[in-house]
Order: sequence, then structure tokens, then C-alpha cells
Amino acid sequence: MSVLAGLAGALGSGAVEVVDLTHTLDPDFPVIVLPPEFGQCARFRMEEVSAYDHRGPAWKWHTITMSEHTGTHFDAPVHWISGRDVPRGAVDEIDPAAFVGPVCVIDCSEGAAADDDFELTPEIIAAWEAVHGRIPAGAWVLMRTDWSKRTGAAYLNLREDGAHSPGPTPEAVRLLVEERDIRGFGTETVGTDAGQGMHYTPPFPAHYILHGAGRLGLQCLSGLDRLPPTGALLIAAPLKIKGGTGSPLRVLALVEKETA
Amino acid sequence: MTDPLKPPPKKDPQKVQAVPLLPPSMRSRAAMGLTAAAAEARFMLQHCARCGAVQYPPRDACRECLSVDLDWRDTDPRGVLIAETTVRTSPNLYFRGQAPWRTGTVRLEAGVSVVVHVHGDCVKGQAVRLINRLDRAGQGVLMALPEEATPDMADDPELRELTADPKHRRVLIADARADHTPALVQALRAAGATTIFLGEAEAWRPWPGRAALAALEGVHILPLDVTDTASVTELAGEIGGKVDILINNARFLRPGGVLSRTDTAWAREEMEVNALGLMRLAQAFGPGMRARGADGVNSAVAWVNILSAHALVPDPAYGAFDASQAAALSLSQSLRAEMRPGGVRVMNVFTGPTEDAWHQDVPPPKVTPGALARALVAGLREGCEEVWCGDVARDLAERWRKGPKVLEREMGGDT
Repeated sequence: MSVLAGLAGALGSGAVEVVDLTHTLDPDFPVIVLPPEFGQCARFRMEEVSAYDHRGPAWKWHTITMSEHTGTHFDAPVHWISGRDVPRGAVDEIDPAAFVGPVCVIDCSEGAAADDDFELTPEIIAAWEAVHGRIPAGAWVLMRTDWSKRTGAAYLNLREDGAHSPGPTPEAVRLLVEERDIRGFGTETVGTDAGQGMHYTPPFPAHYILHGAGRLGLQCLSGLDRLPPTGALLIAAPLKIKGGTGSPLRVLALVEKETA
Repeated sequence: MTDPLKPPPKKDPQKVQAVPLLPPSMRSRAAMGLTAAAAEARFMLQHCARCGAVQYPPRDACRECLSVDLDWRDTDPRGVLIAETTVRTSPNLYFRGQAPWRTGTVRLEAGVSVVVHVHGDCVKGQAVRLINRLDRAGQGVLMALPEEATPDMADDPELRELTADPKHRRVLIADARADHTPALVQALRAAGATTIFLGEAEAWRPWPGRAALAALEGVHILPLDVTDTASVTELAGEIGGKVDILINNARFLRPGGVLSRTDTAWAREEMEVNALGLMRLAQAFGPGMRARGADGVNSAVAWVNILSAHALVPDPAYGAFDASQAAALSLSQSLRAEMRPGGVRVMNVFTGPTEDAWHQDVPPPKVTPGALARALVAGLREGCEEVWCGDVARDLAERWRKGPKVLEREMGGDT
């Protein structure tokens, strides 16, 4: 039996489960808030064009508008100034093979529950590897914080000194990119960087280091607690937007059910 | 003595609602001058430019010298009530519903006798002062008030028909976060508004002052984002039947003209909030308000937009924002015509530069939240369609009337 036939059979039997890691595109879902002098991230909006009525008797459809970086979304290398000259760095140019790969999930949910500004550090990565083995080259690495279970004001967690949400330190990102050669990094928060990530050197280290090295970002992921630490396959294909810096997308994971 | 207006009883859900009816609205073009003056609550009559004779009723040629050069000018409103009567029935449906209705004749010190609506506290043979107000049909009419204020005089049923008084009424303010919202809430409560709904966009973004507003009795903060059609429709579904005065104060503003910006992103947001937001609110709340124009003491009575006076002529330093204000002004004029069958007034409060973070480098005078709130409530009490708030707005309006082309060039500066 071919690999794909085997997979199809496993999907049919339920031995392999398809897990949706995507938030619903909702007009009221938080987006990143930048200082007011900067351009802002467009919220998701939906306008009815017709609904089986005088505007179109037999059909219903909407016009939708949003940023490339609204909701559960993908960051391409050209999103960041460090990645602006990366070859094939826009969403329409990236090799589609890059969208599908094995995924390692580092569980930081306990730490994030205790500390809104919890940091993913090289030490935490080392401790994870001591249990689950070395992160393979070409892996998606996801930082699980259970942040996707937060709603309303608790999600961005904005205070007078800005947002407070967990994220990686510059050293952790450098380790993942330079020593583990990961495919991309993903989070459950509004960005791949911590809420206070502008205060690191370099500022926004995940964006700066990942995209400068041509790696990919995923954010606003949902329900990473449904993934095993290793062994799942992630499918994260952005819309093919000409010159696009990112894209809302449906992120799916294929997870083998544990056999009893 | 005017009987104080009693709070309205809860509605009898088995009763058919009163249909809005309008007084006769046919006017000559000349008589429309009275309407234009009433839109700003100004008492104006025609004055002959050649012989100075004051004219009444409005006409095309001077009653003394036949000159056709008749200017509308602010006029001394003092006079004596020389005759009065009470109309108890009328073939007109509006007046039949409103009867009894007091009318009379006033001899003005300006030299003409005019037919007017008469406040209940006016006494025949005594001094009165005239006001010029829009009636339910949106036409200017004159009313005699007692020379000195009397207790509860605003509650006179004839006068209340000519105003949009917040007393006993329920108000929706579209943007709870606006700098001036606390001042508006305070002024409306002081004016007797019973309930104030505040729209809150993006509850996931905290803002100072929320707790203080939420703690006030009769104030309710509800989700509303004027850029999100679903949110507007949902709130209208919930409270649309209880909004007697809607204050559209949602605003997105950034400095910059056409070339000083390098894209259309902010301009799009300005249009989304300032112009299309008005349209979304109107489509959701307008039909219900228009249908409730005769709904008793707390009938739907007014739609208020807060606009920049630069809707008339742009300040190029804020050119893109001002384009959205011009668009909103144009929409408000269409909305006014569409709301008129319900007797619901559309009032625009035009401001000069406001005292806020986006006008830090603009020299005074600037409009403070308190000044805006006072002007808005005064405008409602006078039933205005146009309120010019602050010296800059008043000056702009005056110069615009004299010569829009000259004003446009003056706005461009000397560079």
C-alpha cells in the first residue's frame, strides 16, 4: 500500500485525526494594536452582497475585508524588514512544500498561567529535548501557552505600558533557527513575539530572526493542547496573494490517535 | 403656569402606535428663508436694502418701495400679543391630533404684525418675545414666548413640538470612548434624559473612564462598532425601539491631506467610520426612529451628527479627514429628507478644532468637551438642524456664506 493510500485509510478509519488549530474569523476578534501614528491592522469585516433577496434572488454572498495579518495567520519572510531581500519570501513565491511539515509542541502553559510575560528560553528548549529528543531540522515549532482560551481584553492583555503576553527570547529564537534549522515558529498569541517583545534587542526577535533567515511564522493559533509534543503533521498553506506578506489561513494538524 | 411634563407611562403593548403626522409644509421660495433661519434657531425677517422696511410675511418685493433687494437679517424679537385664540379642531390631521392649539397676532417693535403660535404662559396685551423654530415638517414657524422665563416653560406642549428636548427621553451615543462622551452624558442627564446607551467598540481594548461611566445610573454600555454592520444591526435589534435621540459621535481622524499622505489606508478608515458609519447607523436605527416620531412624551425626535466645520471647506492639513466630513455632511442632508416624514430632526453640530491629541499643534481656540456638550444640548432644546460650536466653526460658516471660493483660497495658506 502506498503512503498516501495508507494515510487515506487512516483518515477514514479515524486512526489519524484532523485537528483544526484555527480561530473563527470574527469581526470582534482582537488584532494587534500599534501606536496610533502607525498604520493599523484591519479588523475582519463582512458586508452582505445579497441574501436570497432583491440583490440576488437565489444566492447569498459577502464581501470580506481584513489585513493579511488578521485572525489566525501566516507571516512570510518579507513581512519583516530583515526578510525583505529573502528570495521567494512572499506568500505566493514560497515553495508549497514549506507549508507542510512535522511539528514539535513545547508546552509552556503552566508557566504562562503563572506569568503573563512568560519567556521561552534555550533552557526550556533543552529541557523539552531531554524528554522528547532533539528538534529535527525542518520542523514547525509551536509554543503552547493555552493563550487561545483567553477571550476579550485578557487576550491582548493591554496595560498602560503595552501588551503582556508570553513569547520567546532572542536567544531561544536564535537557537531554533541557527542550531535546529526549523521551518517556522508558531504561537497562540497575537504575534510570534511576546507582548513586550519591542523591549528585547533586537526588538521583536522572533520576527527579526525568523524572517531574516527566511523562516515562517504562525500566530493566533488555537487549541495547541490537542497536539502531542511530537509526531503530528502540520499543514499551514496561506492564500496565494501576489507579493503578500502573510495571510489568514486554516491551520490543520494530522494527529495519530494513540492505539490502545 | 405650565404643567410640568410627566414621565411617560410604560407603553400598552396592545395599542397601535400613533402614526407621525406633519403640519402643512408648502412654502414659497421666499418663505423658506424663515426655515433656513429656524435651522439655526435665529429670529430673522426680511429687511428692505433700499428703504429699510421690515417685511412680513416673506415676499419677493418690498411692501413699501417694491424693491426686490430683501435681505434676511436678525431682527428684534420683542412685541406685544395683540390678539389670541385657541383652535379646538382642524381639518388638518396634525393639528386635529394636537388640539387645543393656541395662536395669535403679535405687533413687533420692528414694525410688522405677525401670526404666531402662542405659548400657554403668554397673556394678551402683554409683552412677548418671538422665536423662530422648525416645526415637525421641518419648516420655520414663529412662536410667542412670555417676555421672562416661566417655570417649566419648555414643557408647554406647543413648544415641545418645536424642539427636540432630551427631557424624559432615551439617548444612544455611538462611541463611549470619545473624549467628550463623559461631558455629553453629564449634560444630557442634567437636561433630563432618562436613559443613556453608550456604544463600545472593541471591548477587548481597555480604556480609561469606562468604570466611571458604567457606574452612573441610567447609563448602559453596549457593544457597537459602526464599522461592523452586524454589530450595528444587532444593537438596533435590541434597543432600536428605545432610541429617541441618536448621537453619532464616532470619529476616526488623522492629520494629512492628499500628497502629505502616501496611501489611502487612513482615508479608507476615515470614510468607514465617519461616512459609512453614519450610513450603517442610519440604515439600522433610522426606520424605527422615523416610525416613532409621534410616540408620546418620549417619541423619537432627533438624530445628531458631530462634524468638523471643515465639512464645508477643507483645511489641507487635515484634507483627507475633511473629505470624510464632507461625505458625512452630504449623507446627513439626504438622511434629513428621509427622516422628515417621521418628524425626526437631523441636527449637525459643527465644531472647529477639538481639544484632543490630534490637534496638539493647532493653536487655540479649540472646542472643549464641555463646550461641545453644552452646544449640543442647547441645539436639541432649540430644535436646530445646524449648530456652530466654537469661534472657529462660526467664523468658517460666516466666511463660507460670503464666498466659498475666497474661503477655499484662504484655507490653502500663502505657500
